[in-house]
Amino acid sequence: MADTGAPLIEVKNLGVRLNTSRGPAQAVRGVSFALRRGETLGLVGESGCGKSVTALALIGLLPDSAVISGSIRLEGAELVGLPDAAYCKLRGNRISMIFQEPMTALNPMHTIGHQVAEPLRRHTGVSATEARQEAIALLDRVGLPDAAKRVDAYPHQFSGGQRQRITIAMALACQPDVLIADEPTTALDVTIQGQILDLIADLVAERGMSMILISHDLGVIAENVERMMVMYGGTVVESGTTDAVFTRMGHPYTQGLFRARPRLGARKGTRLTTIAGTVPELADLPAGCTFADRCAIVEGRCRAALPAVVDVGAAHGVRCIRTDVSMAVGGVGA
Amino acid sequence: MSAPLTASAGTAAIAPGARPATGFWRRALRHRSFVLGAVLSLLVLGAALLSLVWTPWSAYDIDVASKLHAPSAAHWLGTDVLGRDIVSLLLVGARSTIMVGVIAVGIGLTFGVGLGLIAAARKGWTEELIMRMSDFTFAFPAVLSAIMLAAVAGPGMVTSITAIGIFQIPTFVRVTRGSANAIWAREFVLAARAAGKGSFRITIEHVLPNILSILVVQATIQFALAILAEAALSYLGLGTQPPQPSWGRMLNDAQTLLFQSPMLAVYPGVAIAIAVLGLNLLGDGLRDLLDPRLARER
Ligand SMILES: Nc1ncnc2c1ncn2[C@@H]1O[C@H](COP(=O)(O)OP(=O)(O)O)[C@@H](O)[C@H]1O
Ligand code: SF4
Ligand SMILES: [Mg+2]
Repeated sequence: MADTGAPLIEVKNLGVRLNTSRGPAQAVRGVSFALRRGETLGLVGESGCGKSVTALALIGLLPDSAVISGSIRLEGAELVGLPDAAYCKLRGNRISMIFQEPMTALNPMHTIGHQVAEPLRRHTGVSATEARQEAIALLDRVGLPDAAKRVDAYPHQFSGGQRQRITIAMALACQPDVLIADEPTTALDVTIQGQILDLIADLVAERGMSMILISHDLGVIAENVERMMVMYGGTVVESGTTDAVFTRMGHPYTQGLFRARPRLGARKGTRLTTIAGTVPELADLPAGCTFADRCAIVEGRCRAALPAVVDVGAAHGVRCIRTDVSMAVGGVGA
Repeated sequence: MSAPLTASAGTAAIAPGARPATGFWRRALRHRSFVLGAVLSLLVLGAALLSLVWTPWSAYDIDVASKLHAPSAAHWLGTDVLGRDIVSLLLVGARSTIMVGVIAVGIGLTFGVGLGLIAAARKGWTEELIMRMSDFTFAFPAVLSAIMLAAVAGPGMVTSITAIGIFQIPTFVRVTRGSANAIWAREFVLAARAAGKGSFRITIEHVLPNILSILVVQATIQFALAILAEAALSYLGLGTQPPQPSWGRMLNDAQTLLFQSPMLAVYPGVAIAIAVLGLNLLGDGLRDLLDPRLARER
């Protein structure tokens, strides 16, 4: 952990209500965390659990129809309800984001140099020539081969991994304080995933940024962040330092996710042990504990109300009322 | 014609350098309806340009003594009821046709694309208002708005151009807003917003370039509709006023002599058909050629 100052970004009781095809639904509930400068936080959970919605809420890019509750503070300044014009000044400049699909995250009509230099010009007001030089330096730093020569090439002339390097350069152009990486390697070839994650880790350390890394892959989280939050059905079901969570998983969902993780050597596409049931649609989330429909040790009282967070260790919280059972030696069905 | 030029510029923007551009033309020359459409459209454009420097006779000189002549060496397609040379009338008429088309489509493009882009960028009640307004305008056919405008401003070329132009706006609003919304939903727009771009910049840098080819195709088709509307208005006496020749006007003049000299109606009819068919084929061809999925493969 870096310095002990006030949190850079502090989220309290964040909630997001979205209009879905089946009417309004609560996509995110009661998400709270604080991140100091230089800290890294992982957000893990199956597809559809609300990771991207949480990320988009932080950077202010949810559709206008989304209703955001709770509080998001950047160095003390409230971001919830901030007009878009003001948010615009933060995006790219103080908070930046890398997306999952490098194939579609770049505009096919503009050169990569233009796309990397653009945020620089707008946020820092440097000249076109300076911005271009800086773009080349950045592209070089993110490991794009022959950056100076290829700065005027178009996105389709690059591979997926190279494009993700370009989007990273784009996101880092203005030295943001907070970087949100939403499944930055999910769409990439396995062999390249590690390289990209290493690059991100290096850049985060080098620039003293705070990072929120989103992944559905526990392995990625284990290796890349200091603290983590496990999400299910729009709520954080377990959070703590990565070490603490991996040493003693408290929530039945985290334990299930761990058992279901693909292992080295397993062929791609083979379905391993999975958690019984499927991720519910937002509108079908059960009352009370969101995991109740898939939990092996569910009881009647689990459905009464959303369980409160139980501290099971120093800075390690679990949103489950039966941690006594789930965390008994060996855990559930281990 | 400016349409194919703009189109090639659009393709060049997708994939710069000489190769994709020549690729466009190579594919274009193999595309039958594009080639036929381009030839017919260029024919009309050529006629209009030629009329600026040369016509066999003056299209304005009335010579009742030599009225309704059959085709001859002097008058290739004969003369009309006022003794004017048909070929000259057709050539000058092409000029009116193109002028009306260009200005009317220009009005439609400027306002329609602008409003469509605003609707897509703003969403919410702004979008709602723009769409309802354009539905309202769309409910009045060009002829009807021309009649209403003519009642206020008097009939004439300016009136008909304005009416046709206004009539074009809603179509451009819809096409622009629909395709712009699709671009707004793309991930690179999200990435651009995450990098701090505002909606104006995103519209100019991301949305507009990516819908340009759709707009080019639509403009070509709207051009054909404008020509038809102009002919209809002139035929009704609401468009181009005498002595300015126009194809619709010629049809109107020919009407009274339909049994005596049917060819007088055929010539402008064929001219209108050539222009409309040519532009439609050109639009279809451009639609195929500018399809990004096809255009991007090299
Ligand atoms: N713009 C939206 N409108 C309505 N529902 C949405 C929207 N974006 C996401 N959702 C829904 O919210 C839930 C969480 O989505 P998301 O945050 O994208 O999941 P993930 O954890 O895979 O990133 C999903 O059920 C998804 O269908
Ligand atoms: S609260 Fe109940 S249903 Fe939810 S995870 Fe714990 S035991 Fe399972
Ligand atoms: Mg996601």
